[in-house]
Amino acid sequence: MFDLTGKCALVTGASGGIGAEIAKALHAQGATVGLTGTRVEALEKVAAEIGGERVHILPCNLSDDEALAALPKQAEEAMGSLDILVNNAGLTRDNLAMRLKDEDWDSVLNVNLTAAFKLSKAVLRGMMKKRWGRIIGITSIVGVTGNAGQANYAASKAGMIGYSKSLAAEVASRGVTVNCVAPGYIATAMTDELSDGVKEAMLGMIPAGRMGQADEIASGVVYLASNEAQYVTGQTLHINGGMAMI
Amino acid sequence: MSDVAERVKKIVVEHLGVEEAKVTENASFIDDLGADSLDTVELVMAFEEEFGCEIPDDAAEKILTVKDAIDFIEANG
Repeated sequence: MFDLTGKCALVTGASGGIGAEIAKALHAQGATVGLTGTRVEALEKVAAEIGGERVHILPCNLSDDEALAALPKQAEEAMGSLDILVNNAGLTRDNLAMRLKDEDWDSVLNVNLTAAFKLSKAVLRGMMKKRWGRIIGITSIVGVTGNAGQANYAASKAGMIGYSKSLAAEVASRGVTVNCVAPGYIATAMTDELSDGVKEAMLGMIPAGRMGQADEIASGVVYLASNEAQYVTGQTLHINGGMAMI
Repeated sequence: MSDVAERVKKIVVEHLGVEEAKVTENASFIDDLGADSLDTVELVMAFEEEFGCEIPDDAAEKILTVKDAIDFIEANG
């Protein structure tokens, strides 16, 4: 089950907590992985942790249009093919809507939504020709439920779900599936910084009684990337310990 | 029939799975040959590959018939 031998996957934001776990999990199932991000040292560290062949580092700043446009080709040249794209790169610039600066709206939408769509568009050609492809967006529970202080982030994540459904409808007949994974509260460097009071309040909202782990998100990505999930498209897989049942 | 025309028709026959006789110069991909909009995108991709040229989006939108494709490639190939 879920054998990805011979498949080549590009993971954006691969130096982050969730991105690194996704890359590791895909690699463990046999895939060749391309790690994309802006922090080369952090990418090298993840590549070293994975170890062996079938790992490639492809630094790219996704807010640079030219670099983004060149990325799919670089990935194909490095890995030999590009079968699975995981749009995981994302950033937050939280603030109450009334205090949210235009630039914080723009930067979050640009990286989380626009760059993810542009990259998806750029990889479609090869996938359509092969009649096989996987585009997986890492969205968020807040894209569906909303969250105070995250109007920009929630909008970008809701937007990702929207374009994924449209793309899914367009390319389903060509063997390409487009899906999202929506994590709830996951233990990462970002959530480590929260105060104990906030953490406790969050745990109170999670029926499972604990935060999720990055590898639990990665497992969902592995499933959606697999041949076994060929008939699953346009969906959002919520992995949140029951925090929202949608 | 020119070499370009022959190659274009071959691609159309292969890609859309239609009979060669139906692929006349004036045949519309969508109206006469049963293509959907995604098929037309793929046809343009196939033409680009066969002829080693790039067909910009605004030009691709105007390629609606077999003749449109042949004319564009002959002018820009």
